[in-house]
Amino acid sequence: MRIWPQGLAIALVVAAGVATLILAVGAYRSLDETRRAYYERHRFADIFASVSRAPRTILTDISSIDGVLSVEPRIVDHAILDIDDTVTPVTSVVISLPDHHPQRLNILYLRSGRLPEAGNDHEAVVNEAFANAHRLVIGSAFSAVLNGRKRQLRVVGVALSPEYVYAIGPGDLMPDDRRFAVVWMSESALAAAYDLEGAFNSLLVKLINGTRAEAVVDRIDRLTARYGGTGATLRKDQTSDAFLDAELKQLNAMARIIPPIFLLVSAFLINMTLSRLIALEREQIGLLKALGYGRLRIAVHYLELVLAIAAVGIVIGYALGTWFGLSLTRLYAEFFHFPFLIFERSIDLYLLAGGLSAAAASVGGLRSVWKAASLAPAVAMQPPAPARYKPMRIERLGMLQGLSQLTMMSLRHMVRMPARAAMTGLGLSLGAALLIVSLFSVDSVEHMIDVNFFLAQRQDATLNFATARDIRVTDDVRRLPGVLRVEPFRSVLVRLRNGQRDRKIAIQGLPADRDLARIIDRSLAPVLLSGGLVIDERVAEVLALAPGDLVEVEPLEGRRRTRELRLAAIIRSDFGLSAYMPMRELNQLMAEGRWISGTHISYDRTLENQLFEAVKSTPAIASIALHRFALAKFRETIARNIDIMVGIYLSLAVIVAFGVAYNAARIQLSEQARELASLRVLGFTRGEVSHVLFLELAVLTLLSQPLGWLLGYGFGWLVISGFSSDLYRTPMVIHAATYARASLVVFAAVAVAALIVRLRINRLDLMRVLKTRD
Amino acid sequence: MPDNTEIVFHARGLTKVYGTGAVAVQALRDVDLDLYKGEFVVLLGPSGSGKSTLLNILGGLDRPTSGECRFRDHVLTGASEEALTRYRREHVGFVFQFYNLIPALTARENVALVTEISEHPLSPAEALALVGLDDRLDHFPAQLSGGEQQRVAVARAIAKQPEVLLCDEPTGALDSKTGVRVLEALVAANQTLGTTTVVITHNAAIKDIADRVLYFLDGRISEIHVTERKLSPAEITW
Repeated sequence: MRIWPQGLAIALVVAAGVATLILAVGAYRSLDETRRAYYERHRFADIFASVSRAPRTILTDISSIDGVLSVEPRIVDHAILDIDDTVTPVTSVVISLPDHHPQRLNILYLRSGRLPEAGNDHEAVVNEAFANAHRLVIGSAFSAVLNGRKRQLRVVGVALSPEYVYAIGPGDLMPDDRRFAVVWMSESALAAAYDLEGAFNSLLVKLINGTRAEAVVDRIDRLTARYGGTGATLRKDQTSDAFLDAELKQLNAMARIIPPIFLLVSAFLINMTLSRLIALEREQIGLLKALGYGRLRIAVHYLELVLAIAAVGIVIGYALGTWFGLSLTRLYAEFFHFPFLIFERSIDLYLLAGGLSAAAASVGGLRSVWKAASLAPAVAMQPPAPARYKPMRIERLGMLQGLSQLTMMSLRHMVRMPARAAMTGLGLSLGAALLIVSLFSVDSVEHMIDVNFFLAQRQDATLNFATARDIRVTDDVRRLPGVLRVEPFRSVLVRLRNGQRDRKIAIQGLPADRDLARIIDRSLAPVLLSGGLVIDERVAEVLALAPGDLVEVEPLEGRRRTRELRLAAIIRSDFGLSAYMPMRELNQLMAEGRWISGTHISYDRTLENQLFEAVKSTPAIASIALHRFALAKFRETIARNIDIMVGIYLSLAVIVAFGVAYNAARIQLSEQARELASLRVLGFTRGEVSHVLFLELAVLTLLSQPLGWLLGYGFGWLVISGFSSDLYRTPMVIHAATYARASLVVFAAVAVAALIVRLRINRLDLMRVLKTRD
Repeated sequence: MPDNTEIVFHARGLTKVYGTGAVAVQALRDVDLDLYKGEFVVLLGPSGSGKSTLLNILGGLDRPTSGECRFRDHVLTGASEEALTRYRREHVGFVFQFYNLIPALTARENVALVTEISEHPLSPAEALALVGLDDRLDHFPAQLSGGEQQRVAVARAIAKQPEVLLCDEPTGALDSKTGVRVLEALVAANQTLGTTTVVITHNAAIKDIADRVLYFLDGRISEIHVTERKLSPAEITW
């Protein structure tokens, strides 16, 4: 088959479409199915509630709420751990395991060892990721500060939990398995440690299928309010599940954006190549028809060719898609902590991907096939009339005077078939757009880092207290080794309400003179708190609030006196759902005196180890977020994910750009071979002749770039909106250099395609061309 | 024959074999030939007798398997691809059976294509006037008849005032009347510019306008005939 290189280039584009579809949908389904199975087998709760201290007697009331299947009370708190192999304090969540019956909900997957003995206050199970990060094995020891008392704990088991598929520490942006741990201990041991005998502070609830969760949440809130209930949350708002969900959403978005691009491009390439092939073979077609072959037979012949190309692409795509899909799913499994993975290799997905690609290819070939089938034999056996050209419109304006004839040749050839030129341009634009989609995430992430770590959160660390404390403790913090600056904050969990709409959120009360933790809006200006409540636009959207509106504020802790506040301003920021007030006003609202929840600090790096030692032995500090470590971890994780994604997208974009450019150049060469050979005979050098061929490609490549940038921006926007969640939004930032880089890669792919075709120019058979008609 | 004995082409022992072994085809066998300045030569002979092979070698499009061929002081045998390209560009004009015009360029532009890369060219308008097409300057090939297209090709070939004009079946696709007009254009160029002109044809009638006729048979020049009384193209017909 003489068009096999072109066929292969097209097959690769088809393969890319099939592979991306299988990759994205396959990974999505695998991950979704794994999550579903894990949650189901390990009975992941539907509702999560926190209280400060509730007697177990209320469990009867909660169990009898309509729709509640089972209830599990727990004791949950934060604790700082001290691990031998690091001076850095480790923040942990300590969770109780029932002593007298097996876990009913959020059941652990025990990877090794056993559960702690009832009442044993030295035995602990730790999460697998943390154990691996510190090489903890059964029998390893570490210490933890539980309710102000340092204890020596021994690892008796290593486990995974559906609650910590995505295990992220309080205040962290990225999971850091070295600095965040989940520790499970005997319930009676923890009850003794936290003075919670006969009581609990955390509640898991599983619902009967089909129950309206909101109604149950309402009832639980009412029952727990007097015990310091901070409002129950649904599974979808649970941190781990929400992050997992955001990732699934992104995979889904990718499945909807990327594969259609390849389908479109492959349809176009088939169209272009087939119409040229049929033009070349019109005499044979005429002969066959004269010999009595019917239309259908001719049509089937060319459709078979189209389907053969598609089939090659589909097979390559199946292989690549399955392979990439497995690697991506494994990567996810590593990032998200699942005890097992279910690879969904559903036959319907393969059928869908294959069917769509074959359909797109057939649609691409349809017009040419129809043309071939309907050629009248007599017409077909005559050579086609010489190509008709006319002066271009811009020539009449006298704009092209002084251009060489070779250049004119090239330009007129391009303009003669504007639809084809436009599609070639579009193909090259899509190449650039794909690259921008992959590369811009780096820009956006760098922007996010700049804003978050260098403009807004300028503290070195944030200390969270176990309970709110008087502001005078800032003096104690200031006396910790190396501490340079201390900025207190008060954080209060409230329910904001506007009519029917409400939202649970933490209001950050910040002091007037802030230098470390600043609020930065999207225009990068620091936001000053001059009185009143300030909320993020996302919260404003949820609650349908505008500046100046009154909003009901119900604190979910303390004396819980509901008040109405005037909304002072709405800010635009990129992280989470946020609300701010001057700390003084927040304290007035709570009517509890000048209390703080923690402090941001900056410290002298040289005294870091002493500071860490001090923090680890300060019982009042429940957790510490370390920004420098967070940044490093953030960059590391993002860099790894981005490397992989950029790698995949880069190959895809190169396939598209190369496929389009190679086919365009080959077809041009086929159409113009005679003219180019004539030029060679007339004494034009190979270089000059190539100029004719490649000028058209170069002009199209150049012209296609602005559209590529625009499409890239558009796709980027789609990806970002698909990805944005309450947890964070990726800002839409694309640097000029990214556009330039994307275009350079496209130019390189086009150049390689051109070079390969150039080799054919060198082999033009001058004498044969002169002896034959076109 | 013009009164001069300045040799333009000098060929000795030219042999060309296509393919090898059992399928080898001997296209030229040991051909010796001199062509003179300003000479109008017609090559006659059946298909496959070696005419085109000789023309291709003279035009720098092909290399002989053995033997020597020189154009003035340029040795064509063994010259590099670049040297042959330069030779074609600077010294040779070609006219082909199927015109080989560039469809995207007008008559004037097709000629300008060559004049742009020549040192002392005629203007495209002058060249087209020489072939009687001064009223079709801005027509595209698709808008011209076959004879007109071939005359544009002649204008393109002569516009650079080449020293040699090589024509392979220039009237092969044309009717007699149109063919005569094309021959007139070739003769005009030969006479006004003193171009050495070699014309391949199957058409025996054309031999009468030549200074010399070389008969080809089986890869050899079987006979050389010097025309006693040259006719003008208008006087012949077929």
